[in-house]
Amino acid sequence: MKNNKWIKILIPIVSVFIALLVASIIILIIGEGDLGQRFVFLGTAYSEMIRGAFGSSSALMNTIIKMTPLILTGLAVGFGFRAGVFNIGAEGQMTMGALAATIFAVNATQLPSFIAIPFTIIVGMLAGGIWAAIAGFLKAKTGAHEVITTIMLNWIAYNIANWAVTGPFNDGSGTPKSPEIAESAMLPNLLSSQATFLSFGIVIAIIAAIVIYFILYKTSMGYEVKAVGFNPYAAEYGGINVSKNIILTMAISGALAGLAGTLESIGLYYRFYGTLSSGKGFDGISIALIGQNNPIGIIFASLLIGGLRTGSNQMQFAGVPKHIVTIIQSIIIFLVAGERMVMTLLRLNKKKGVK
Amino acid sequence: MDALIAVLSTFTNPVFYKLTLSASTPLLFAALGGLFSERTGVTNIALEGIMLMGAFSGVAGSYIFSSPWIGLILAIISGVALSALHAYASIRFSANQIVSATALILLAQGLTGFLLEPIFGQPGSTPIVAKIPDIHLEFLGKDSFLYKMIGSLSPFVYLAFILVLVAYFIIYKTRLGLRMRAVGENPEAADTLGVNVFKIRYFGVIMSGVLASLGGAYLSIGELGQFSENMTGGKGFIALAAMILGNWKPKGAMFACLLFGMAEALNEQLQSNPQLAIPSTIKPLFNLLPFVITIIVVGGFVGKTRGPAASGEPYEKKG
Repeated sequence: MKNNKWIKILIPIVSVFIALLVASIIILIIGEGDLGQRFVFLGTAYSEMIRGAFGSSSALMNTIIKMTPLILTGLAVGFGFRAGVFNIGAEGQMTMGALAATIFAVNATQLPSFIAIPFTIIVGMLAGGIWAAIAGFLKAKTGAHEVITTIMLNWIAYNIANWAVTGPFNDGSGTPKSPEIAESAMLPNLLSSQATFLSFGIVIAIIAAIVIYFILYKTSMGYEVKAVGFNPYAAEYGGINVSKNIILTMAISGALAGLAGTLESIGLYYRFYGTLSSGKGFDGISIALIGQNNPIGIIFASLLIGGLRTGSNQMQFAGVPKHIVTIIQSIIIFLVAGERMVMTLLRLNKKKGVK
Repeated sequence: MDALIAVLSTFTNPVFYKLTLSASTPLLFAALGGLFSERTGVTNIALEGIMLMGAFSGVAGSYIFSSPWIGLILAIISGVALSALHAYASIRFSANQIVSATALILLAQGLTGFLLEPIFGQPGSTPIVAKIPDIHLEFLGKDSFLYKMIGSLSPFVYLAFILVLVAYFIIYKTRLGLRMRAVGENPEAADTLGVNVFKIRYFGVIMSGVLASLGGAYLSIGELGQFSENMTGGKGFIALAAMILGNWKPKGAMFACLLFGMAEALNEQLQSNPQLAIPSTIKPLFNLLPFVITIIVVGGFVGKTRGPAASGEPYEKKG
């Protein structure tokens, strides 16, 4: 198809638009009073959301802080999609990455920053990578579906982290949290505004996106990954080791999620609370789909979802529960998954059911 | 030694078996649901979301209409609605079934969280509502071991085990079942023989919605009498694992669910056993057991069991 590229960009945009439309209808329904009052309510809700996400320098910084892990979980899921594996476990990989990185960073008191920070990052990426590679290994060797295994690994990670921060890795306060990391392992700040601090994490996340772009489009490894995702049988026939590629893809995907967790720990909280995620792993799925698994697209999709997440906190004050963002995301994912629905809607698909 | 005796004494306690049955119940509903869908060739990993929505709708119905039975009906309707969306996207539009189902899980999480405040006026969890009353089989003798084990349970529990037989009958002894199996194994051949592939698939997916929502409703209006956010906690996925372990057969799924249920019951009994006095800080380590077992099962058995050949593959009419 000649205009394939445009359709690829158009589908997520239309999906986002439809999702926002449905969300508006839901907000109109829960509003009170006559129709006019309900529309005022809707207007207030959205303007509060935009103000909360982009309305001031600290709001904008908060959006960028939210974006940082989202770029990475989006890359994690998107990279997996490229190889035909659905890594639904970015959540658990983030948790394991953050846990391992925090343990290292707490004990890094004697190391200078230029050693402590890179090593903490490596430890976090390794932990996330190994955690995901378990699922990759099981898929490659026994055919166990990665969706089930990564979800189970999420729950296992959650319980391990919970145990760690209440038990052996507690800071002694009794509330579930780890000790503070060594000062030398703290990521320096890029900007600050009032009480908001933006660390160098966003720079690292964008570098990661560029590296993944490079791997996917400029290396033979990226070619193999895409070949396996496109048609594993043909890839195997063409001499590509499919098992190895699946495990490697999962490991890279997990390492990206692990990096997301690490940056939360060394760039934002400076400790580990056992849970990180208000669903950042799942956010990664919508981001990968909106960004069409393209690293550059993923950065823009993260800005959108990060903005929605940040803005939803403000929207909550206007009386709309912030779960509306989860609803919006689910509609986007649903529409992008059934992209032919959107194409039919746009009359791009003349004959029904036929490519 | 004392600890060992304490552990062993669990197995002589009828309550342990009762807990096993009740912990297996939500898994069994969902696993049978997954089975109906996969047998017709549509993967439905949205069971988790359908259960969650069912659990919520059940409580909402019971709260608004002060009748848990209306709650039950609402739960089933919610299950039909969610699964119909999945069916529509995957059958009519050949959507990626895994991604579409993920969207529905997220939709269920979003909707249930979102509606908590407008309906119940409080976030996080609902107030306690009327439950569907337990059944007491008093003819078994109130003090007998049997009565303590199976004599006093929610009607959902009995229903789940009866449905195993019903599912077996439908799938293996009726024309409909034969068609389901044909469509799941080889839709082209079934189509050639005049079977309406799409219709059969809609039936399978919507049945999975009905059954999984019953599993969810059991959790809320059968067991707890309350809904709390994300209360299904991965049970939909464990049910999928049970379906695989049970080799896509109703009886097999039942034994697999009993195994997972037993793991949960054992965990619960050990944690609450005063003689063992397990410190609360290591309880999370116990809680991860069912998930570890699931991974071992899925990883260890998947090569040895075989699902319907066309499961997960969209079907498009040629010509």
